[in-house]
Amino acid sequence: MTETLQRPAPAARAGRVRLGLAPAPFLAPGMIYLIVFMAVPVGLLAFYTFFERGRFGGIVFEFTLDNWVKLFEPLYLGVILQSIALAGIVTLLALLIGYPMAYAIAGLSPKWRTVALVAVVLPFWTNFLIRTYAWILLLNNAGWVNQWLQGLGITDAPISMLYTPQAIVVGLLYMYLPLMVLPLYASLQQLDPSLREAATNLGATPWRAFRTVTFPLSLPGALTGCIFVFVPAMSNFVIPELIGGGKTIMIGNLVRDQFFEARDWPFGATLALLLTIFLVLVIVVQSAVSRRLTEGPRRG
Amino acid sequence: MADSTASVTNPSTTAMRELDPTARPRAVRKPRGILVPLWLGYVFLYLPILIVVVMSFNDSENLFVWRGFSLRWYPELFTDEAIMQGLVNTLVVATGATAIATVLGTLLAYGIAHYTRGGLIRAFAIAPAILPDLLLGIGLLTLFSLLTVTLGLHSVIIAHGVFATAFVTAIVLARMANLDPSLEEASRDLGAGPVRTFVRVTLPQLAPGIVAGALLAFTLSIDEFVIAFFTTAPTQPTLPIVIYSMVRFGVTPEVNALASLLLLVSIVTVIAAQRLTRLTGTPK
Repeated sequence: MTETLQRPAPAARAGRVRLGLAPAPFLAPGMIYLIVFMAVPVGLLAFYTFFERGRFGGIVFEFTLDNWVKLFEPLYLGVILQSIALAGIVTLLALLIGYPMAYAIAGLSPKWRTVALVAVVLPFWTNFLIRTYAWILLLNNAGWVNQWLQGLGITDAPISMLYTPQAIVVGLLYMYLPLMVLPLYASLQQLDPSLREAATNLGATPWRAFRTVTFPLSLPGALTGCIFVFVPAMSNFVIPELIGGGKTIMIGNLVRDQFFEARDWPFGATLALLLTIFLVLVIVVQSAVSRRLTEGPRRG
Repeated sequence: MADSTASVTNPSTTAMRELDPTARPRAVRKPRGILVPLWLGYVFLYLPILIVVVMSFNDSENLFVWRGFSLRWYPELFTDEAIMQGLVNTLVVATGATAIATVLGTLLAYGIAHYTRGGLIRAFAIAPAILPDLLLGIGLLTLFSLLTVTLGLHSVIIAHGVFATAFVTAIVLARMANLDPSLEEASRDLGAGPVRTFVRVTLPQLAPGIVAGALLAFTLSIDEFVIAFFTTAPTQPTLPIVIYSMVRFGVTPEVNALASLLLLVSIVTVIAAQRLTRLTGTPK
């Protein structure tokens, strides 16, 4: 323990003393930029949530808690809960689909692992709107899925798939699946194969070795993946609009509408902040849980 | 692995190989079916993209009917003024944001690695990468409107600079971790000044990380929609915003051609970045 604490120190200090440059020229430009264009805007939004909108948009500086109370009106509460439910379903499906994928990739030879990983990431680097649009081509009433279903004689008439909540789930799942696979792969790949071998040698069946050794050790990766999927899925407003047809709205759509249509910026800011508070909470819980998961066995 | 490439095109061979344990001796301990979910996952990930690419070569105006092979949509793409203007705007924004992010991110990463012990400044510098884009978008819109800044490409550049800086910082920091501090020390011992040491010794070693970071920043900026949506003027849409309006108000087959070209650009960039990160991952 003392060794790990002391070892990096000399090197760090050496860099500090030897180079002889003041830290300010390095840190100041970036920090000032991020303070002005990240911290201040977020602080400003937080500030706005306690004031009223003006009659023609804008803001009236009279303190009020109305915006926060308004969140509990059934209309808005419904949208908030619906967003949580949809993002939750997407996350669960991503975990169910992504886990076997990550597991299979972790079992490949190093060379093929890289190829397989790049193949998972590549769609993620394709323009987000193009990928959304691709699902419109697929799910439309005249679209390809319906053509295939009818061609194969499974259905006679087109099934309405586009503009349903299910389509939103598929769209979000498609969008964020790579974000589940990557952290899962990272945790599965780090696993010491000898642990599983030991379990097998001691008589565990492959399934039991997986259930009692591999799976628990991969949970931190699974949790990270869940956050990576859940967080952007919650705030996405493009997919509910384009694939969901605007019929099923999520928090992101509300925020967008408050800013561009209702012109109620304080309430829009409140919704966005609620989203952020919620996401921070999720991340705090996640890191606490994953710390317990990784440290638990060592302590016990 | 070569055999599994074949198995996706013909499912029956998969079944046969599962019965034949000698087909792949290396994988004796693992059930052969383990790759099936992976291939299904790839089908899910690539089918929509494939449809778009195939339809970009379709001779028909109809998006859902294949009529025959044609390249007609590609030249038409370049005569579409909205798309071309969007492309120019996007390139201007991405170049500007990348320039800001590369300078600020590199300096930040160096400063963080050398002068800070706690993770607070590091966490702050990387926060924009995790912050919901929606929050950053409306936050900047609010700030700009409070300061009565006219929206336009300059405001998008500033906005994209924020998250791009975070990504460059993260990547250069990772490269810093692999640097040998004794080289800097040697340079100082041999009489080079601090600035000279930074420019002549440190920067060249960081170069692959900086280039990879810049490449990432550029790609992210080109694809970014939400923040640009909130911080640009309606008269100056970036390419993703142009695509958004096209998808919203009526798609022409040109979109397929545009999508295929963007896909090609992404593939090339990802492979280039992959090469570079491999370089950064193994220091000499």
